[in-house]
Formats: sequence, structure tokens, C-alpha cells
Amino acid sequence: MDIFQANNVVKEFVGHVALSSVSITVKEASIFGLLGPNGAGKTTLIRIINQITAPDSGELFFEGRPIRSEDISQIGYLPEERGLYKKMKVGEQALYLAQLKGMSKRDALKSLKYWFEKFEIQAWWGKKVEELSKGMAQKVQFITTVIHEPRLLIFDEPFTGFDPINTNLIKNEILELKKNGTTIIFSTHNMSSVEEICDHIALINQSKKILDGQIDQVREKFKTNTFEVIYRGDTPDLDNHLGANFKVLEHITNEHQKQMKVKFLNGNSNNELLKILMNQFEIVSFKEIIPSMNDVFIQVVEQNNREIKL
Amino acid sequence: MNKSLLILKREYLTRVKKKSFIIMTLLFPLIMGALTVLPTYLATMDDKEERTIAVYDPTSLVLNKLESNQFTKFHYIPEQEYQGLKTDFKSGKYYAILYIPENIITTSRAEMISDKQITFDIKNLVTNRIENIIEGDKRKAVVDQTGVPDLEKKLAATKTSITVETIKLGEEGKAVKSSTEIAMAIGYVAGFLMYFFVLMYGLMVMRGVMEEKTNRIVEVIISSVKPFQLLFGKIVGIGLVGLTQISIWIILSIAIATGVGSFVGHGSHETVVQAQNIMASQGVDQIAAAAPEKTNATLEILHMIGGLNIPLIIFAMFFYFICGFILYASFYGAIGSAVDSDEDAQQMMMPVMMPLIFSIIILFAVAKNPEGPLAFWASIIPFTSPIIMVARIPFGVPAWQIILSMAILLGSIMGSIWMAGKIYRTGILMYGKKVNLKEIVKWLFYKN
Repeated sequence: MDIFQANNVVKEFVGHVALSSVSITVKEASIFGLLGPNGAGKTTLIRIINQITAPDSGELFFEGRPIRSEDISQIGYLPEERGLYKKMKVGEQALYLAQLKGMSKRDALKSLKYWFEKFEIQAWWGKKVEELSKGMAQKVQFITTVIHEPRLLIFDEPFTGFDPINTNLIKNEILELKKNGTTIIFSTHNMSSVEEICDHIALINQSKKILDGQIDQVREKFKTNTFEVIYRGDTPDLDNHLGANFKVLEHITNEHQKQMKVKFLNGNSNNELLKILMNQFEIVSFKEIIPSMNDVFIQVVEQNNREIKL
Repeated sequence: MNKSLLILKREYLTRVKKKSFIIMTLLFPLIMGALTVLPTYLATMDDKEERTIAVYDPTSLVLNKLESNQFTKFHYIPEQEYQGLKTDFKSGKYYAILYIPENIITTSRAEMISDKQITFDIKNLVTNRIENIIEGDKRKAVVDQTGVPDLEKKLAATKTSITVETIKLGEEGKAVKSSTEIAMAIGYVAGFLMYFFVLMYGLMVMRGVMEEKTNRIVEVIISSVKPFQLLFGKIVGIGLVGLTQISIWIILSIAIATGVGSFVGHGSHETVVQAQNIMASQGVDQIAAAAPEKTNATLEILHMIGGLNIPLIIFAMFFYFICGFILYASFYGAIGSAVDSDEDAQQMMMPVMMPLIFSIIILFAVAKNPEGPLAFWASIIPFTSPIIMVARIPFGVPAWQIILSMAILLGSIMGSIWMAGKIYRTGILMYGKKVNLKEIVKWLFYKN
């Protein structure tokens, strides 16, 4: 089931278009990566989902029906630019934010107790926010985002300010939330974390969606028939043996290892290459290079920018 | 609406619980009270120190005629002792030496010698007593010379003192004792308080909005509530903080005024009795007359304050504070949402500060001439009326003017709230962009 859907959303500000006819579909209990360079329109789209701003045109659906203003109690949002009241005490503030999300005081206190224990931060309850470090404050913000058990969570760069241990802790919490049926929209520039946790992605560039799909399919789509070969033995004169169907892109030989990247120029099979290579040296490993999300991101965005310029 | 209430509660409680608020709220009236009570108290408090003044009087003009009172005694000394004291003052244990020179009648000068600064009261007392004795002697000589029967009594009877009372006719032709000076003072103070409150609490709204924006908490909050609810909760919450402070101040002032009233009333009774004693003993009214007049005036002031329309003044203060505050707070809130830094805020604030500063500048002129066209227009125009109308009310303002002023102010509030909501909604999410007035005006016409 699709928990959230946006159809042809358009948003214009004076002088520039923030979103032009963007459509996304977010499946329930999945993690949806919303990617794009700075200023592409991600934050505007997120604000539209949160009903902070309204689109100029387009339709929004929540749980299959047009979104209503009450639905914001079913959405949790951790903005990229986030903060807390510095002079307020941690516990008081977490309670206040939970109540603003529509929780009763009693339920809020109960859940807060659970989360504070889980993160082992009970000792911070009576402290003022200004006494906390950035990472500590981020933890409190994470809790206040998920406290009301929303059905849809939106995290914008959730890992900034965290050390590797806490990054891992939050990552595991996000995966745990997904396992329990929560849907997550995840916006970040950290592509390795996208590969790690996202199921689907959509890439927005210059106000338009230029790519979307399941993450493994997207990466598959961008593979270039390039193989990495590691071998032992003498370095052969490959140019003569490989023929016109293959091209050596990169060839590294040093004391430790001998490695090369070979690209298929025509639709040859893997075995054909293997056969040729087997006669030359002993093969240690042979694998197809699947592009990382980082590569896909750079390739797609740069190509799109070039097209727009033309 | 429940969420607005939550916001309101937070805005109110975090401010009211602040130590600075509690101290300011309680201390301010006490300081003001102390400033009014202390001089009165000190003035009525008698000097309880016993002093003996040595008198050397070679002329014998005042010899044995200087009346000692409870605390100030006169002791007559011969020339020898006088010379001795002059060289060694400490040996005599006197507070001071009074020397009446031979030629006092022609020079009108006497001397008081002491090793410390002689107090004003003692100097006055001694001067008055010597004057009275010599005057009495001179008068007696004149009376004896002319031989008119009972001349002394007749002269005494010519002494005159006039007080002009201003009477204001009340609604049912009831005469109420009034005082232009009192109305002016109250109008001035009330107008100034309005300025102070509107500015202080208006700026508090602006700082609150800026805090949320620079803290970056605003985006979290407006994903739970509508921006307008947040602004509304903030303005009302802070307004209630202001009302709390005004209420406490009014209650404390009334309590202190009542306290002062009874204190002065009590004190004046003593002074009057004392004065009568002096008059009886000396048959001279000049010295004593001044003292009870002063304390009676304080009582009179309290009576006259009672003669003012206190409920109307208090109602007007509350009404104009609430409306004036909302008017300015919505402007300040809008500015707070549009700027990123204090410097930008300073710049944008100027146009909003101008009418307030203008009100304070014309406040004195209005208090002097509350019926003039300046006073009239300034109390109708909504940007100045919260200060100027409050300043005029103690003088009595025609009902139609009050109603017109209030209606215009209420209408303006609605406009300013609408405008603030529009600007706030856009400004609060606008970062890193230096905005100008033109830009802000554009925001007014943004679709959601």
C-alpha cells in the first residue's frame, strides 16, 4: 500500500520555480531516499508533505485519500536546520513538543521515559538544553520526532552532528522503526547511508525529478559493463590478445597486486573475456562493477545539468 | 485551538517563572513607593537628638528669651567662657556657640560656631527665634509709640492666606474637588507607563520570534501547529505576562498609597498638635503655619485622587495596553520573523518605534493642554492613542471620543494581525536573505 503520494506538484516562488510537476510514491513500511543537490527543491517538497507550505498545484494523498490537516499528527519531521529552546529544560521541552503533536501529558511522559531509558539519557531530564553538546541535543530531537509514533517519518540529514557510534545507534533505530511498520522519507547527501538503508530513491535536480525507482534497480541500470579483474603472474600484452570487443580502462600493477578494469564494448558474454584472460594469467577475482549511489548521483546530475544548459 | 493554548501556556510560564520577572515585578513598586514614602517619612520624623547651644549675648537682646524646646536647649554663658570655648571648643560639650554681636540691629548678623556642619533645621530654628524676638521688640516699640489701642492684635488679624480650590462638576452636577496638577501628574505617569509597557512587551514578542527562528526550532513547531497559531499563542502569552505585571503593580500601588495615606494622616495629626503648642506658647504663628500646611496638602492630594474616575482610568489602562500591545506586538512579531540578526532587526524597528517616540515627545504638551487638537488627533490615531488617550483620561474626555478611539484601535488591530500573520508565515522560513520593506510588502500577497 502507498502511504504517501504526490502527483504533479508545482511550487513557484517569486523569481524561481522550486518544484515543477514532481510526483513521488512512498510505499508503506519502506525507507524512501529523497536525493538531490543543494537547492534542488527537496526541502520545499518536504515542507509541502508537512503542510508547512501548500503547493501551487498538484495533488497529495495520505493513506490513499487526499491529505487532511489532521494528518500532520501522523507525520514526524526532523528538519535539517533544527534546534531547541536553549533556556528550557530537556524534559520539559520534550514534553511540550510531544503535546504539540497531540499527545496527552500522561502518554507523552510514559513514552519519553521509555525513550530516555533506551538512549540512557535520563540524567539529562532536568538539564537546560544549552548545557548539552550538539550530539546530545540531536538525540533529544530524534526522540521528539518519533515520540508520537507517527506513521510517516521524515528525516532530513539525521546523522549530522553524530559520532560514528551514535550514527549507528540512530541508523539501527530507523531500521527498527521500519521493521515495526513505520514509513520513512530520508533526505541526505551521504550516499553510502542511502545504499545501506533505503529501499527506494527519487532524485530531484533543479526542481524536477530526474530519477526514481528501487535502489538496486537504479544501480543496475547505471552499470557500464565494466569488470574488475585481479590476477597473478606476468603482465601480458593485453592489447594484442583482447581484440576490438574489449577495452582496458585502467591497469594497476605493483608489488602487492595486479588489477585492471575492462569494459565490454559490444554485448559480449563474461565467459568470452574469461576465456581470453585464463590463457594469460591466473585469475584471483573477477567481478562486475556496479556503480555506487555516489557515482549514479554525480553522473545523473551532471548529465542533467548539461542537458539543461543546451 | 488546544495547541494554541499549549503555546500560550509555555510562553506565559517560562517568562513569569524567570527570576528577573519576579524581582522586577515586586521590586519596582517598592522602589517607587520608597521614593515617595521615604522623603515624607524623613520629613515628618523628628530630630530626636538633644543639643545644647551656648549663647553669648553681650547685647542682652535675646538674654533669657530664647525658648528651649524638647531637644534643643539654650544655655547662656559669660564672655570668659565664650573666649575659652572659642579656643578649645571640645571642652564645653556644646553643639554650637551662638554669638549675638553688639551691632546685630544694624548688621542683622549673628554667628554660630561649631566644629561640625550645623544642620539646616537648627540654623532655621535659631534664625527664626532671634528674628521673632527682635521683631517683637521692634513692634512693641512701634505700638508703644503710636498709642493706638489693641494695635498688636489688629496687626495680627491682617495676616491672610488664600487657597484656590478647583471644583469639577460631575455627571449629576455633583461637585467633585479636583486638581489640574493631579490629573496632569496621573495622565503623564499613566501615558509613560503605557509607552513603557507597549514597548517592553512588544520587543519581547520580537525577541521571542527571533529566538525561535535563530534557534531553528520554528520548523519543528510549525510542522505540528499552524504558524499563525504559534504567533497568536506567543502574542497572547506575552500579553498576559504584561497584564500580570500591570495588575501586580496596580494592586501594590494601591496598597502602598493606602499605607502612605494613613501614615501621613497620622503624622500630620502630631505635627498639628506640636504646632499648636508652639503657637500657644509663643503667640507666633509663622513658624508653625508652614508645617501642617504641607501635610494637609498630602491628604488633600489623596482626597483629590479619590475624586478622579479611578475605575475608568484603570479600565482605559487595561484596554489600551491590551490593544496597543497587540497592535505593536504584531508589527514586532512580523519584523522578528523577517530578520536573521539583531542588526537587521534594529534597522527594521525604526519605523515602528517612531510613533511611540513621537507619543512620548508630545506627551507633556498633551498633559498641559488635554483639549487641544494635537491631543485630540493623537488620541484618535491608533499608533499614538494607546499612550495619548490614557494620558488624557484623568482630565475627563467626552465619551464619543473614547468610543471612536477604541473602535479605530480595534479595527487597526485586526488589520495588523492579518498583516503580521502573512509576513510571519513567509519570514519565519526565510534564512540567509537580507530582506527589505519592499520584499516584506510582497509577502503580504503570497498565496499560502
